[in-house]
Amino acid sequence: MDFPIFHLDALGNRGLIAVIAVLHVLINHGLAVGMMPLVAAMEWYGHKKQDPRWDRLAYRILFFAFLITTTVGALTGVGIWFSVSLVNPYSIGSLIRVFLWGWFIEWLVFITEVVLILCYFLTWKKKAWGGAGDGIGKTRHIRLGFALGFFSWVTMAIIVSILGFMMDPGNWLSNHTLWEGFTNPVYLPQLAFRTPLALAMAGIIAMTLTLFFTRRDDPFRYQALRSVSLFTLMAAPFVLLGGWWYYSVVPETMVQNLAVSMLTLEFVDWHQTLIWGMAGVTLMIALVAQLGVWKPAWVPRPVLLLTLLGIIWITGHFERVREFVRKPYVIGEYMYANGLRVEDYPLYARDGVLAWATYSTPLTEAEKGAIPAGLDLGRVQDGKDVFMITCSRCHTGTGVNAVRNHFARMFGDQPWSPDLTMGYMEFMHEAQPFMPPFPGNQRELEVLAEYLSTFQTNPAAIAGAQVAGVKLRQPDAGTQTASAEEHQ
Amino acid sequence: MNPQTPVPVDLPLPLPAPVPVLVAVLLIFFLMHIVFINMMIGGAFLTLWYEIKGRTSRKWDNLAHDLAASITVNKSIAVVLGVGPLLAINTLYTTYFYSANALTGDFWISVIPLVAGAFLLTYLHKYLWHKLPWGLHVGVMALVVAIFAFIPLIFLTQITLMLQPERWTEVRGFWDALQLPNLWVRYAHFILSCPAMIGFMMVWAYRRKPEEDIAEIGIPRAELIRTGWRWAFWPSVLQFIVGPLAWLTLPEVPGPTQGVDAVFALSAVAAAIACALIWLDMKAPDAKVGRGFWPAAGAMLLVIAMMVAGRHMYREAAVGEHRLAVAEKTADFVAASKAARDAAASAAEAVE
Ligand code: HEC
Repeated sequence: MDFPIFHLDALGNRGLIAVIAVLHVLINHGLAVGMMPLVAAMEWYGHKKQDPRWDRLAYRILFFAFLITTTVGALTGVGIWFSVSLVNPYSIGSLIRVFLWGWFIEWLVFITEVVLILCYFLTWKKKAWGGAGDGIGKTRHIRLGFALGFFSWVTMAIIVSILGFMMDPGNWLSNHTLWEGFTNPVYLPQLAFRTPLALAMAGIIAMTLTLFFTRRDDPFRYQALRSVSLFTLMAAPFVLLGGWWYYSVVPETMVQNLAVSMLTLEFVDWHQTLIWGMAGVTLMIALVAQLGVWKPAWVPRPVLLLTLLGIIWITGHFERVREFVRKPYVIGEYMYANGLRVEDYPLYARDGVLAWATYSTPLTEAEKGAIPAGLDLGRVQDGKDVFMITCSRCHTGTGVNAVRNHFARMFGDQPWSPDLTMGYMEFMHEAQPFMPPFPGNQRELEVLAEYLSTFQTNPAAIAGAQVAGVKLRQPDAGTQTASAEEHQ
Repeated sequence: MNPQTPVPVDLPLPLPAPVPVLVAVLLIFFLMHIVFINMMIGGAFLTLWYEIKGRTSRKWDNLAHDLAASITVNKSIAVVLGVGPLLAINTLYTTYFYSANALTGDFWISVIPLVAGAFLLTYLHKYLWHKLPWGLHVGVMALVVAIFAFIPLIFLTQITLMLQPERWTEVRGFWDALQLPNLWVRYAHFILSCPAMIGFMMVWAYRRKPEEDIAEIGIPRAELIRTGWRWAFWPSVLQFIVGPLAWLTLPEVPGPTQGVDAVFALSAVAAAIACALIWLDMKAPDAKVGRGFWPAAGAMLLVIAMMVAGRHMYREAAVGEHRLAVAEKTADFVAASKAARDAAASAAEAVE
């Protein structure tokens, strides 16, 4: 890891990526993949029944979806790039150097999708496209809508494959064909789960929007609610089926990756929650939709919202599987989540990570100010650099997943002396299998422990390169002091 | 090289495609991206301007409304076209781009919420035309303009900072990086190009707009086209001052820059030709005005293409030497890593 190190001490670096990515997945699934076919279906139905109220409602829902997908949706898509390249430049940089063309294809599909949605939305009211009630134009426009729906789904199908492939341990350096992604054993079940989930999600959102776009005393409101509920109800069993398929496939794929018993425990836990969560959410969708079919006037907004939250939760829970697959890696068996390559570990064990680090992230005045007397500032600075390189991608000092909180829980009020903490850190990858082994040498473990000991009294947030800037580490300084100490 | 210049280890993986292919993707798609960005930002400037002018005269308000509709379309195309060049610059300039990103990271990532917010506001403005109190409505566009004017500053900081590794250890965050030499002149250069590009778009659009839509605006077609030309012309004339300033204040770089100078000089000639063509068409009689669009647009496209090419040559001159040092350091690292790995393996064997 040899870039200046960006660090967010409150939200956490992984938190930044997570917030942006989850938002993006929600918009993509709920408002694009699931919503476009639903809108096209409404438009088609209205045309068939020659009932302009359907057309109006479909247009309003599309309007909402269009507004969100072309603003927040598109930008969070780019945002995933931005945030990953800030937080994990070494991993995204490495992935690009192998999968450039995969991303390139994704980009082309993305362009097509944007062009289609622009066309679909902007031609809705145009005369030539049936906006004035012309039958032939309208048929063409409806076809455009279904094409858009199909394309949104294709985008998702391709991205799921590319992602699955990139994250899958083992095949990243041994097998370079993108086809590998499609033949991955979890690929089809995953798609079979996501597709109906997206449709159900769109159904629930459309029901909510219908409540906003129609009046209480308008009988059409209930007619529309009933039809959208029916659509949602049809998706629900497939959520369960796809989910079940996925649920039954995951363990066999996972077992080979689960060497550590600790992780197996966590996985079983996750797996249990997944099945209950899926069952619960599907039940909720089915009940709400059934109610919508049966008594559309009774559908309460809070319940719709709750169902939506349930879907959001299950999507998020589901995304965590990637963490299990990856375990301590960011690129399976090639690069650990701290950005250090597996094959360089012997080098770091010999020379230390600092010897090969170009940059130092200076302690700010606030950070320095709270260092207890008696500690050597140079060593604390080294400790911060070791922390930044080996821990900061996953941990903060004061915010989300803060080492301070972990220590407080583990060691309480007794002094967090290096003697106490070093022993843990040496074997932390065995205690917590999400963590890579500590990469540095003995001296680095010591300075890290000294630095972390200041956390007990020092409330200052850790400043990253975007605040504190960077300094050059003197080349070889780390090694020299290390060997000098060893020779004493 | 300056001893304060960091020489980091690069990712020890080969490039995924031949360099010329990556350069072609970068330059071609960046050119398309930046033209749409120019039109998007210029469109926001002019919408604000004409909406204020339209307070007292209906026809300018109509024009503002018409221009506002273009922003949201241009923005979608601009964003989607930006992804390819981003991919290419990540690949070609990994060390440089990511380092600049990290050093100004909080502002770099804030591009995402700021732009998403500005886009939402543009829709709000477009769809609530005459439905909000005038002052509030204009205020929304003013906010959009402010955000749109700020974002390029973030991007310019990235691409300026990335070419000056000797400064990486000096800058402390985004505000500090704003003091890099050359940055503000380039900013002025960019901002001026926005009204120019929307001017071109106006001429293009109002040449072909159906008669009834023109009538709805209430300004004769010839006057609309000339208005577009004026926006294209006067900012471009100003560029003859700002452009050379941006060129002359480019920081000295280690590599040869004669080629850069030659391309920029040629582009100035092409710009003079473009301006002359605009002027001639602008002065044509009403029935003919606008016919000279394609020659003028072609000349302007040539100017932008040369700018993009010249920038690329400068970029290479700026980082070429440093890149060699980085490659050497990376090779050292890889060799040391292999030696340590082999030693560890044989030590393990010896134990067995
Ligand atoms: C790949 C990301 C990652 C890296 C790198 C990492 N950790 Fe962790 N660490 C985690 C996760 C995930 C947990 C579990 C959090 C939880 O269960 O809430 C954790 C837990 C911990 C705990 C609490 C352990 C326990 O048993 O409850 C400590 C202490 C800790 N980490 C310290 C460190 C230190 C020190 C470093 C750097 C040398 C480090 N970690 C590097 C991800 C990481």
